[in-house]
Amino acid sequence: MITVKELTKRYARNTAVDRISFEVQKGQIVGFLGPNGAGKTTTMRMLTCFLPPTSGGATVAGFDVLEQPLEVKKRIGYLPETPPLYPEMETSEYLAFVGKLKGLSGADLNKRVDYVCERCAVADVKQKLLGKLSKGYRQRVGLAQAIIHNPDVLILDEPTAGLDPKQINETRDLIKGLAGDHTIILSTHILPEVEQTCEQVIIINKGKLVATDSVHNLQNRARGAESILLELAGRNGDLDRTAVERRLGQIAGVSRVQFKTSHGNRNVFEVESQKGFVRGDLARAVVEAGWDLNELKPAAMSLEEIFLQLTGAEASSPAEPASKGTQ
Amino acid sequence: MRNIWIIWRKELNSYFVSPIAYLLLTMFALIFGFFFWNALGYFVLMGMEEQMRGQAMPMNLNEQIIRPLLSNASVIGLFFIPMITMRLFAEEKRTGTIELLATSPIRDVEMILGKWLAALTLYASMLLFTALNFAFLFKYGNPDWKPLAIGYLGLLLQAGGLLAIGTFISTLTKNQIIAGAATFGVCLLLWVLEWVSGYETATWAQVLAYMSVITHFESFAKGVLDSKDAIFYLTVIFLGLFFTTRSMESLRWRS
Repeated sequence: MITVKELTKRYARNTAVDRISFEVQKGQIVGFLGPNGAGKTTTMRMLTCFLPPTSGGATVAGFDVLEQPLEVKKRIGYLPETPPLYPEMETSEYLAFVGKLKGLSGADLNKRVDYVCERCAVADVKQKLLGKLSKGYRQRVGLAQAIIHNPDVLILDEPTAGLDPKQINETRDLIKGLAGDHTIILSTHILPEVEQTCEQVIIINKGKLVATDSVHNLQNRARGAESILLELAGRNGDLDRTAVERRLGQIAGVSRVQFKTSHGNRNVFEVESQKGFVRGDLARAVVEAGWDLNELKPAAMSLEEIFLQLTGAEASSPAEPASKGTQ
Repeated sequence: MRNIWIIWRKELNSYFVSPIAYLLLTMFALIFGFFFWNALGYFVLMGMEEQMRGQAMPMNLNEQIIRPLLSNASVIGLFFIPMITMRLFAEEKRTGTIELLATSPIRDVEMILGKWLAALTLYASMLLFTALNFAFLFKYGNPDWKPLAIGYLGLLLQAGGLLAIGTFISTLTKNQIIAGAATFGVCLLLWVLEWVSGYETATWAQVLAYMSVITHFESFAKGVLDSKDAIFYLTVIFLGLFFTTRSMESLRWRS
């Protein structure tokens, strides 16, 4: 449904998106994951023909974003980071306006307006001014606006940002419900969101594609072979490393023990295991052998940690080039 | 075509659901009404004086009331145009709704034309109030309607040009105040440029005076449809809208 090839966006001083390639199949929900400023919004804006790419290209439903933008736009529903609402319009009036913009008219238009109001649970605020709606309603009207013309592809930029937990759940369910009819790309920097809603994950960082895989595979990668970091110290100051490796290697389920680093009296070992829980056995073995157990922790086990690993585990990332939220 | 109409309706709607349109209409009606009242008072005084002197000076409604009033309307328009155009694009850029329009299957040209036509429609409805004043002249006097019609055409053409410039300026910023102030400055400049011809006859002065929008209105106010002046206004409209499309395009490359 969506093919992205070597997509690049360069600004005067920096590269916001750097040669990204991926494909999305029809009917999939794809999570677009990355820290703030990774280039998610820029990529989405290029897919929706809002920004032209510097080089490379993309096709949506078989149409090129540069060559046939009008055809692409007809087939895309887009929810930007802040829902594009006119505060002086009423909900139904606004949805009718967007519907007309997207090419609907007459009875068809009225039917779609009613349908999306029902679908996105905004029917009760149909006659209210958009400027008076709460954040949750605004987000849902934004979603309703995106699906009004029943597009093949839905592109949602952080659809749950700024909502309270209840609204987040409602929005997620809504998006999941839309998946059958539409191909959906949604961006987020919240991991559980991807785990819960998406089938496929595309991780980008600093404009570069870091990983693209199914959620299932990523989770397997996280949960299959467990690796554990152990920090040990000898009672009287020194520790026989080979003895440690031998002793720990004897524990059932442990496939590999390796000395990593030492810091004075503190020695760090990495233990890989096939079986689920060997931590208890490890701790017992260490204590029985008379060593001190300073620390025992799983290494890069959650999706979160894979993400951090892949994206370089930066606490703060540089602001996204002027494009973020501004226009 | 349909898309222009959709945008036109939406823009006009947002003028009229906010106080903007009513405020502009009221102010314009008040100011123009004041000018009309003055012109009429002066005309009546002249008429009485002539009766007292016993001479029959030709009194002409077209020459003595309509023509100066049309010129006044054109200058008052200069002050109102920034207020009409300043929000057109600046507001959409500020709230992010421009992203909706730019990702909808409509062309930039359609969006721009729709907005510009809506602005022109609001200006035209301001002119309707002046027509109300002139209607009194037709009820109690017998002026020629043709020069008046040409005068209105001139007003619309002139406003069309300035509104196109205002629309262009509005695409350059997301701050309405900046867009309004800049448009006002340009409008004012295009008015006073003509003054150089008062003391200077060199070529550059002639060129400057030629660029003044007021110079080209004189023939329309007289009731003369001069193709030279009409073409000048049409050129301004075209250039203004053309620059707007370029600006929209560069917006995409820069943002």
